[in-house]
Amino acid sequence: MSLLELRKLNKHFGGLHVTNAVDLTLEAGEIHCLIGPNGAGKSTLFRLILGEHHPGSGDILFAGENITRMKSFARIHRGLSVKFQVPGVFKGLSVRQNLEIALQSRHGGVELEMEIDRLLAFLGLESEQAQTAGNLSHGQKQWLEIGMAISLKPRLLLLDEPTAGMSPEETHLTGEMVQRLNADGMTVLAIEHDMAFVRQVAHRVTVLHLGQVFAQGSIDQIVADERVAAIYLGQAHA
Amino acid sequence: MTGFMSLFRRLEGPQTVGRGPAFWSLFALVLAVALAYPQFSDGYTVGNTVYFFVWVFIALSLCLIWGYGGSLSFGQTAFFGIAGYGYGILTINFGSAYGFTLIALVAAVAIAALFAVLLGYFMFFGRIAGVFLGIVTLAVTLMLERFMAQTAGPEWRIGSARLNGFNGMSAMPPLTIPWPGEPIVLFADVGLYYLVLGLLVFVYLGLRILMNSSFGNVIVAIRENPERAEMLGYDVRKYQLITFVIGAALAGLSGVLYTAWGQYITPSSMGMTAAALPLIWVAVGGRSDLTSTVVGTLVVLAGFQALTIYGSQYALVFMGVLLVLTVLIAPNGLVLGVMNWLGRLTARFTRKAP
Repeated sequence: MSLLELRKLNKHFGGLHVTNAVDLTLEAGEIHCLIGPNGAGKSTLFRLILGEHHPGSGDILFAGENITRMKSFARIHRGLSVKFQVPGVFKGLSVRQNLEIALQSRHGGVELEMEIDRLLAFLGLESEQAQTAGNLSHGQKQWLEIGMAISLKPRLLLLDEPTAGMSPEETHLTGEMVQRLNADGMTVLAIEHDMAFVRQVAHRVTVLHLGQVFAQGSIDQIVADERVAAIYLGQAHA
Repeated sequence: MTGFMSLFRRLEGPQTVGRGPAFWSLFALVLAVALAYPQFSDGYTVGNTVYFFVWVFIALSLCLIWGYGGSLSFGQTAFFGIAGYGYGILTINFGSAYGFTLIALVAAVAIAALFAVLLGYFMFFGRIAGVFLGIVTLAVTLMLERFMAQTAGPEWRIGSARLNGFNGMSAMPPLTIPWPGEPIVLFADVGLYYLVLGLLVFVYLGLRILMNSSFGNVIVAIRENPERAEMLGYDVRKYQLITFVIGAALAGLSGVLYTAWGQYITPSSMGMTAAALPLIWVAVGGRSDLTSTVVGTLVVLAGFQALTIYGSQYALVFMGVLLVLTVLIAPNGLVLGVMNWLGRLTARFTRKAP
């Protein structure tokens, strides 16, 4: 069954068509990567899926339910979760409190404290738990936000450039984590520029260009596609 | 029982400064002094202290909405005025027999809260935020002041209560507790002092529990990053509205107590100056902490009164200077800065001890 289905999704800001009749289907259980040059409309597509923007026309179906007009928080309750491009942590609060806020609606009391400890260990942030989140390194902030996003145990996890600013080792570790989450049944849609990461995790890849689906297939098919090389990968690899 | 214990544990937490036996011993000591103090003072001074206490509720309301919630509201004085006038209108019409003044207190606070539901609904569900929230709430406050100022004519009356324009409304009965034999009238001295002190302790501890609960967590999360809070599944608008209404009720409580204290309320209690002063108390104290807000408000109020007595017209100018200095030197608040410094000092001291 398809978990997420975008049907003829349109979004324009004034005369600028940022998303143009996008059709995209995500199967439950897959890791799907969204690539494309800057300004292709990738982040806008995320915002449409999350309900931060509303499409001019078209429909968004999640697990068969039409969520096009639903508020963001209600979509989260349905099983969506996101890590933003710019790490969206609660900067003035401690790392521990960040996780507590993410976890408190699912757990309480002693169980909550245990869940926080478990997640801190999973993220390797135990020694930073009393730190103010704003003082973390960029990579640590990314991990913290990923931790908050996965703590909701979503059915579909949206990752907007999860490895930006990470070293190759950290990128690889993040890839392994995504695969582990996926093995536990989480469907993942990731925007990513790092082709090593895409190659590591993606079951399928969609190339977005000028607000439209430009190409779709396995990573090998995408890399072999000369049209994709011309608009995106060519420059990236040059 | 466990529920009660968990409430008790929430008195301490990441959202409030002060924890452990040292802090609570100090709290008990301050409370004991506050309880004993009227025995060693005269009625006038005690009444003046009540006046200071009365303002702490509106300061706490701003601390909640602005310091914890991150929404700067100029509207607190509007709720103050609505509840103050509400109390006046109700008690002038229905008198003080059968404990009606206490019912009027609750009703007036409820009216202010209801008004906040209406205003807050349009603001938060209309996604008004940041500086625009300040502008809208300030506009509402000044509009109410203008409106009340033009009610001097005899046609502006509700029942037997004349609104009286700029001259203000007066001669409402003070708070009165029904008592077998003779009702206890709480004039602005010892009687009212204990009632207001009791309310103050209750509200302070209640807010500590609230802010260290999961609700408080969401409130500060919204201040830090509303988008992230929403994307964790929280309906940000709902939380903001609830906070705003609680804040309005507290500001309203200030208004009722003020009106009952002086048996007097005027439109200028909703004016520009009245709207700005609580902001200064809270900013100077430390808006993101309840204790700093209480201490800061009392200190600044006492200082302000001393200045008005001895330095007259410069008192307000000094308030402005104080605000500028706070913003430049200790943007999180002077009292909070001192308290954090003391906390670090004791931490270092206890670490050194074997």
